[in-house]
Amino acid sequence: MTTEQEEPLIVEGRWDIPYRHTAGKAASRFLRELKENKRIVGIRCPKCRRVLVPPRSFCERCFVATDEWVPLPDRGTLDTFTIIYEQFLGMPPPPYCVGMIKLEGADTSLMHYVSGVDMSDLEKGKQNIRVGMKLQAEWKDEREGRISDILYFKPV
Amino acid sequence: MPKRVAIVGVGLTRCSSWRRDVSYPELVYEAVSAALQDAEIGPEAVDAVVFGSMDPFDGVNAPERWCVDACASAGALNKPLLKISTGGTTGGSAALGGYYHVASGMFDVVLVVCSQRVGETLDAQRVLNTAVDPVYERGFGVGAITVGAIQAASHMHRYGTTEEDLARVAVQNHDNSANNPYAHLRFKFTVEDALASRVLSWPLHLSDCCPSSDGACAVIFASEEKAPKLAKQPAWVRAAGQITDNYFMGDRPWAEDWDSLAILARRIYRLAKIDNPRREIDVAELYQAFSIQQILEYEALGFCEKGEGAKLVREGVTAMGGELPVCPSGGVLCTNPIGASGLIRVAEAALQVMGKADLRQVPNVKTALAHAWGATIGFHTLMVLDREAP
Repeated sequence: MTTEQEEPLIVEGRWDIPYRHTAGKAASRFLRELKENKRIVGIRCPKCRRVLVPPRSFCERCFVATDEWVPLPDRGTLDTFTIIYEQFLGMPPPPYCVGMIKLEGADTSLMHYVSGVDMSDLEKGKQNIRVGMKLQAEWKDEREGRISDILYFKPV
Repeated sequence: MPKRVAIVGVGLTRCSSWRRDVSYPELVYEAVSAALQDAEIGPEAVDAVVFGSMDPFDGVNAPERWCVDACASAGALNKPLLKISTGGTTGGSAALGGYYHVASGMFDVVLVVCSQRVGETLDAQRVLNTAVDPVYERGFGVGAITVGAIQAASHMHRYGTTEEDLARVAVQNHDNSANNPYAHLRFKFTVEDALASRVLSWPLHLSDCCPSSDGACAVIFASEEKAPKLAKQPAWVRAAGQITDNYFMGDRPWAEDWDSLAILARRIYRLAKIDNPRREIDVAELYQAFSIQQILEYEALGFCEKGEGAKLVREGVTAMGGELPVCPSGGVLCTNPIGASGLIRVAEAALQVMGKADLRQVPNVKTALAHAWGATIGFHTLMVLDREAP
C-alpha cells in the first residue's frame, strides 16, 4: 500500500575510457606535413582527378587507391559556417565559428575553425564572417602533428 | 519476389526530458505491450524481433541485452533478435529490418522496437561528438546542431530563406504537438517568441532545435496472409528504402540541397508508382531535428521546387488543414528520443493510414510517407504506407 508517490532512485554512472586511434597511412602523412613542413597536402585520385582534403588512401567514388600527393596553399574560401553561442558540456567555450573551407586547388572542403575576428556578439559575428570570404591559415608555433597545428583560418 | 507486408500494431510511450519513473527495460516494456495490445496478439504470436538504439546515448552499450526480456518473444520465448544502429536513422533502419524480415517470406510477424534515453546523459552534444572521426574532425566541437546550422546558413545564403521562415516551421510543429499526448514539448509560441529565443548555433535559435527526450516505440509488421486477420485496416508498405552519402561533410559542401534524400525519393516514388508526390501523398512524417531541415526535406522530396520550401510553410500548405500536412505529431522538433525517432515517424504514418491518430488525425489518409535522417546528414530512410495493398 502506498499513500504517496514513491520517489524513484537514481544510480549514477560515468564513462572515462582511454583509447588510442590509428591515424592510418594518408592521415599520418598529412599530419606529419603539418608538423614538419607547415604545409597542407591533399591527395589526387588517379581516375577522377579530384584533389581530396583531408587526404585518404582511396577515392570513395572510383574505389581506387590514391597516391599522388598535392601540396596546397594554406588559403581558401569559406563555403559555409556556423557560429556557436551556447556552452555545451565538454565542448569549446563559445563563441566559436566552425567553417567548411575550400582550399585553393582542392575539390573538397576542410572543416576548421574560423577566428581572428570579433564575433563577441551575433551582429559582429554576422558582419565579420561571410560565405565566400577569403581565408588564411594561422599556424601554431609548437606543432605536434595534429589537425590543431592549424589554430584557425582568419579572413585575409 | 518480396512478399507484401503491412503494419498491424503500433505502441508509443509518453516522452519527456527524463522518464524518471521507469528503468530502460520498463520503458521498452511500455512500448512493446502497447503494440501487442493494439494488434490484439500475445507475445507468442511474434516470430522475431528487431531492436534499435543509437549507442551509447544511454550510457549503456548494447542495450538490447538489458532489454531482451522487455522485447516480448526475444526473452523467455527464445525467439531470434537482431539489433540495428545507424545513428539518427536507427528507427527508420529498424523498420526496414522488420519489413525485410517479413518480405523475405521467412517470418510472418515481426516486432520492431526502438528506445532511447537521451535524458540519462547530461549533454547529448558531447555524446554525438564521439560519432565524429577522432583524427580530423572531432576536435571542432561538432555535434548534430552544427550540421543543422550549416544547412541553415547555406540555405539562407543561396535561397534567401530567413530566420523568420525557420521560426514559422517551429510554430507550426508546436501547434501540432499540442494535439499529441505522446509528444515531449507541448506548448505553443509565436514567431516573435521564437525569434526572441537565444541563438545556440547561428542561425539556429533555441526554438529551431529538438529537445533531448526519453522514449520508446514499437511497431508490428505482418505478412499478407496474417495482416488482414490482425488489423481492421492494416498500413501496407508500398515502398521503402535507405541511402548513404559520403562520410566527410566537406565532400558534399552544397549543404543547401539534400541531394541524397532527393535521389532516395526518386527511387522510392518509382517503386511506389508516385508521379506527383505533393498530390498523391496525404500526410508526411519527416525527421526534422532542426527547423531548417523540414524546408530542405520539402525540396528534396519534391513537394516544391528547390529554394521554395519556406514558401510552403508561409502559405500553410503543410499545416493541419493544408494540402499536404507534415508532422501532425509535432515531429522530431518537439520529441527526440534519437534512436526511436525514426520508428516514431513510421508509427505516426501508420496511425494516420489506420485512422487511429485521434486529435492529430488528418482526414481520409490513403498514402503516408515516413522519413528519417542520420549519420551527420549522411543517411536517409523512407517508407511509403498505404490503405491498400500494393
